[in-house]
Amino acid sequence: MLLAIALHMLVAVIVLLIARRAGRWVFAIAAAVPAVTFAWVMSGSAATLAGDARVETLSWAPKIGLESVLRLDVLSFVMIILVSGVGAVVFAFYAAYAKPGERGVGRTAALLSVFAGAMLGLVLADDIFTLYVFWELTTVCSFLLVGGDGVSRAARRSAVQALLVTAIGGLAMLGGLVLLAEASGTYRISEIVANPPSGAAVNVALVLLLVGVVTKSAQVPFHPWLPGAMVAPTPVSAYLHAAAMVKAGVYLLARFAPGFGDVPAWWVPAVVLGSLTMLIGGYRALRETDLKTLLAYGTVSQLGFLTVLMGAGTRAAALAGITLLLAHGLFKSALFLVVGVIDRQTGTRDIRHLSGVGRQSPALAVFAVLALASMAGLPPLLGFVGKETAFEAFTYGGTDTFVLVAIALGSVLTVAYSIRFVWGAFATKTDLPDTAVSTPGIGLLGPVALPALAGLVFGVATPLASTVVDGYPAAMPFGPEASDLALWHGIGVPLGLSVLALVGGYLVYRYPASWQWLCGRLPSALNAQRGYERAVTGLDDVAHKVTGRLQVGSLPAYLGVILVAVFVVAGVGMISDTPLPAEWRWFDNPLQVPLALLVLAGAWAAVFAHRRITAVLFASVVGYGIAALFIVDGGPDLALAQFLVESLTLVVFVFVLRRFPAHFSNLKSIRSFRFGKLAVAATAGILVSLAGVLYSGARTESPTASQEYAERAVSEAGASNVVNAIIVDFRAFDTVGEITVLAVAAAGAASLILAAQRSARRPTESDEDSKASKRKEASR
Amino acid sequence: MFTINITMAVLLAGVYTVGFYLLMQRSLMRVVLGIMIIGHGANLFLQAAGGPPGDPAMVAAGVPENMVDPLPQAMALTAIVITFALTTFLLALAYRSWVFLGHDEVQDDLHDYRIRRLPRRYTKPDSLVGSDSEANS
Repeated sequence: MLLAIALHMLVAVIVLLIARRAGRWVFAIAAAVPAVTFAWVMSGSAATLAGDARVETLSWAPKIGLESVLRLDVLSFVMIILVSGVGAVVFAFYAAYAKPGERGVGRTAALLSVFAGAMLGLVLADDIFTLYVFWELTTVCSFLLVGGDGVSRAARRSAVQALLVTAIGGLAMLGGLVLLAEASGTYRISEIVANPPSGAAVNVALVLLLVGVVTKSAQVPFHPWLPGAMVAPTPVSAYLHAAAMVKAGVYLLARFAPGFGDVPAWWVPAVVLGSLTMLIGGYRALRETDLKTLLAYGTVSQLGFLTVLMGAGTRAAALAGITLLLAHGLFKSALFLVVGVIDRQTGTRDIRHLSGVGRQSPALAVFAVLALASMAGLPPLLGFVGKETAFEAFTYGGTDTFVLVAIALGSVLTVAYSIRFVWGAFATKTDLPDTAVSTPGIGLLGPVALPALAGLVFGVATPLASTVVDGYPAAMPFGPEASDLALWHGIGVPLGLSVLALVGGYLVYRYPASWQWLCGRLPSALNAQRGYERAVTGLDDVAHKVTGRLQVGSLPAYLGVILVAVFVVAGVGMISDTPLPAEWRWFDNPLQVPLALLVLAGAWAAVFAHRRITAVLFASVVGYGIAALFIVDGGPDLALAQFLVESLTLVVFVFVLRRFPAHFSNLKSIRSFRFGKLAVAATAGILVSLAGVLYSGARTESPTASQEYAERAVSEAGASNVVNAIIVDFRAFDTVGEITVLAVAAAGAASLILAAQRSARRPTESDEDSKASKRKEASR
Repeated sequence: MFTINITMAVLLAGVYTVGFYLLMQRSLMRVVLGIMIIGHGANLFLQAAGGPPGDPAMVAAGVPENMVDPLPQAMALTAIVITFALTTFLLALAYRSWVFLGHDEVQDDLHDYRIRRLPRRYTKPDSLVGSDSEANS
């Protein structure tokens, strides 16, 4: 199985390489891989369908227990029929559909191949991380395929919408999966489902999973991305947006239903949203004039149906769900391909322009009607079998009745828009001239015929369909025993509802007034597309405002924020953690008091000095005062260094200040912000001092290193001054580093000053001046 | 247990407050002074928090029990020199700013200012293919 996935990726690369030479036939090469995969899975079908799940494990980080597990069971088997079987058909169709010499076929074929591989991995994955990775990979492929070459604005916008909506759902799903795995203690999905955990965290996890389901499978209120994604080429839509990717959400529901089908947090939202989606999708499909968009809303509606069935979590519903999953994948991909053929052979897919297509291309019409009949639920097709079972699954009374009414209404709409499709695509309309149709060849018709006929075969040979799907509902622990799939269930509620749906559907189609009164009356708050747009622009606005607030561009403001953040966050932790000292001393040496006063006075005066030189001199008072304090505290070396450095600094300042004007320039701005800045500075200063007090208390005695240094100073360094011994002997390398810093700083300062002088002395002084003044303007 | 005495605590708070305050000014000269004063404060911090005051760390000068801890002093000594290097370099930067721009003030970032002044970006998206916006309009 790993091999099959890897093969898809490999072929994607090959296809890219040979695209220029092979032209549109790259799709034929790409079709080979899903076809081989399909054949391989079919060859092992006997064991798989007997309930013998095949497992492959790839331990990629065994130390921390991370492994990729693939598992092929009945549900995966049915999905692979759609992913690889329909995939191969669609790829083959694309080879005939693409125009000779069409540009970008290599990219499309490669992406489709990657997508097919990712989708295969998604339906096989048995551990949550593999599942998530493939899930997001399909999202990314969908984005790239919908966006196409990115030239058209509509395509870009649709691609972004599809990406945003499904990726947000994917992230929510990841959260849910992780919560679920934590609650059950395993990353293996089959083990989670076999021993489902419970509790509040699990309920949250399930709701998060559902967010992933409803976004990926285009359920209300996230559905608009799917019709929007119809800007993609029709075969892409047939594969991604009918057969495979949009089924991923339904697949996830089906995957976890055997474990959580009876948890209200799981099935109630699924059934409610699914019912709503089925009705809204059907209603919207009735109004569309573009055949492809009509189908897209039909897909939304059918996905709602599937969500109801898979979400309900009973055996009977599961049987109906998996049957319809198969049926829908077959008939909907066939229908999309039909639209592709019509679009390619006539140049339009608008109901208002098409006329007489059926008369001119009867074979196409036959296959289309076959697929549509399956969708509408006409016997003897698979769609009918599935729908009958679905009706039967909800005939047990109670809340089931509401669901039954909803899906019956949904089926009425399904029939109505199916008829609309037949009429719109194939009918000869009296008020329109016949559309010119170039007859489709076998390359186009064959891929349409295959899935359409498969629906017929599965429907007629119901036992065959039973063997394929029966393993899934058998694993469901909930609900009454499901009756077998059958074409004839006897006269009862399901058959009655089927007939009702057909008759009602025809009436709804015949008398549009029955639903047209709804137009324009739905409250605009329910408009999902506008909701999406508002959410996106709202997010943009928030980002703009936040950026405007945080990135004010003022250095003092940034510093203030940093100071407050660092000292308040760290300070709160410090104060709450460390006890205050028990005893307080005013001073250790009386001389400290006058010296401290001197330093404080100097510092204070430095702030308020108007002349630069005054400020520098007052700052020096601080330095000299601290040097004096060092002497008092017993650090003559420190004091000496401080005196020297302070004097040197003063000299440097004086040299530089010669060039500056005497006064600071921006007195006003200092005054206006003084108190806020002072408060911030004082908070930070007091917290630093508090840190000093608290952490000096942590020192109980002289550290061993200091004692050792003192003991060995004479014997090993030959120095009686321990500080000197440390600096020039014990830690000499540190001192070398320090000297290096000094040298680098000196070189930097020298180059800055010399470069500045040189450019000022250049003959093109006026140029430089004008440049400088220009910069001045710019920076204002 | 030894802790910093009240005088030194107040002094540290005062020196750091002044240093931070100067750091938040727009004049580069004041910023350099602020960094210098914070550097002084840091050296004082090291010395004051590094143990009780006592005799100088000279082996010959007195009894080892009364000696101050030499390790923080060695660190502070390094820090003093580094502060000097930093001050000099910043001063050179301020000087260069003066030569090229004609002033030594930190200006607001023009780009950030523009972002702040940007009008609310609201583009009305064209209706998508078959989007709901057609439905209810």
